Amino acid sequence: MIYRMGAALMSLLGLFVSAYLYLYKIGRIGTLACGTGGCETVQLSEWSRFAGVDVALIGLVGYALLFAVALAALRPGLAEREWPAALLTALAGLGVLFTAYLTYLELFVIHAICRWCVGSALIITTLFVLGLLDLRRLRSGGAGGTAVTTGTGSARGAA
Amino acid sequence: MAAQPVGLKRFYAILGAVAVAGVGLLGYQLSKPSTVSIPANVTVQPSDTAGFHGYVMGSDSAAVEIIEYADYQCPFCQTFATLQMPAIEERLIKTGRLRWRYRDFPLQQHPYSRLAAHSAACADEQGKFWPQHEQIYEGQPEWSASRDAAGIFRRYAREVGLDLDRYDACMTSHKYAGRIQASLDEGTRLGVSSTPTLVVGGRLYQGRFDSDAIIRLVDSLAPRAAAAK
Repeated sequence: MIYRMGAALMSLLGLFVSAYLYLYKIGRIGTLACGTGGCETVQLSEWSRFAGVDVALIGLVGYALLFAVALAALRPGLAEREWPAALLTALAGLGVLFTAYLTYLELFVIHAICRWCVGSALIITTLFVLGLLDLRRLRSGGAGGTAVTTGTGSARGAA
Repeated sequence: MAAQPVGLKRFYAILGAVAVAGVGLLGYQLSKPSTVSIPANVTVQPSDTAGFHGYVMGSDSAAVEIIEYADYQCPFCQTFATLQMPAIEERLIKTGRLRWRYRDFPLQQHPYSRLAAHSAACADEQGKFWPQHEQIYEGQPEWSASRDAAGIFRRYAREVGLDLDRYDACMTSHKYAGRIQASLDEGTRLGVSSTPTLVVGGRLYQGRFDSDAIIRLVDSLAPRAAAAK
C-alpha cells in the first residue's frame, strides 16, 4: 500500500507542477519562479507544444489520470489487485518516455533547462519506479502494505 | 462493520493538506497583481522628451506624414493596428510615400495603457519598438482581460528577442513615464480627445479609418506636399 500512497502523493505534486506551467503558458501567471530564465526559454519555444497541444496541458491531463488511478488503487477492494499497479506503471512508463524526449530537446535542441521540467521528470520517474515496485510486490505474493486497522489492531507487513 | 484503516486515514489527511497547499499556492500566483505599474500624471521633465517626437516608421523624405495618437488598450486602435496598418505599411510607407509617427495617448479608463506604452518604449531602447508594438496590439484581448498584463508584455518581450535583464530594469525604473505623459499632454493640446486620432498637416481626423481612406488621403495630399517643399 505504501507504494500506492507514494504514487498518489507524487502524481498530485506533478499535477500542481504541470498546472503551474500551463497557467503560465496561457498567460494567467506573469513570470515563472525559475531563477535562470531557462524555464521561459523552454516554455516559449516552439517545442512547448506537441502535436498542436501545450506540453504542460498534456502533463496536466497525464498527472490527473495517474492521480485518479493511484487513488482508485488505494481502495480496500483493489489493494491486492494487480491491474491498478500495471495501469499505473504503463501510464508512468509512457510519461517517462515522453519526458526523456522533452529532456533531449532541452539539452540538445533548445539548450536551456527548465527546473520545473526537471522536477516533473523526477516525479514521473519516481512514479514509474513505485509502479514497478508495487507490481513486484504483488507478483512475489508479498503482504499488502502498512495499513493498520483499528478493528484488529494488527499491523500488516511493510510493502 | 468494516475496520477503519488508520494508516490510510492519516495518508488521506496528508494528501488533503498537500492539495490545499497546492491550490493555495496556485491561487496566490493567479491573484498576484501586476508587479510593474507605470505612474500617471508624472511631472514631465525636459529630459523626458529631449529629441523624441514619437516612434517613426518610413522615409524621412516621404511627402506626407501622419501622426497617430493611440492607446494600446483601445479596441478601435487594436482593430486599426492589426487590420488596416499592414496595408498602409505595404502600400504607402514601404513605397516611400508616407511617414508614420506613433504617439502614445493612454486614456484614463484603461488601466494597462501606460504599462503597454512603457513596455513598447523599453523595447524601443533595444531597437524593437515595432515588433513589440505589434505583439501588444495583437495580444490585446489576452492581456486586457488578464490580472498580470506586465507578465504578458514580458513574454512578448522575450518572443521578439529582447534582452530581458535590460527590459526588466527599464520597466521597473519607470524611466519613460514622463515621456508617455508628455505625449498625452501634447495630444491634448492639439485637441485629441479620443483614440485613434490621426493628425495630418495640423488637421485632426478622429473615428474609424480604413486603409483605403488613408490611401485616398495621402494621394490627395502628396502633390500639395511635394509642391510645398
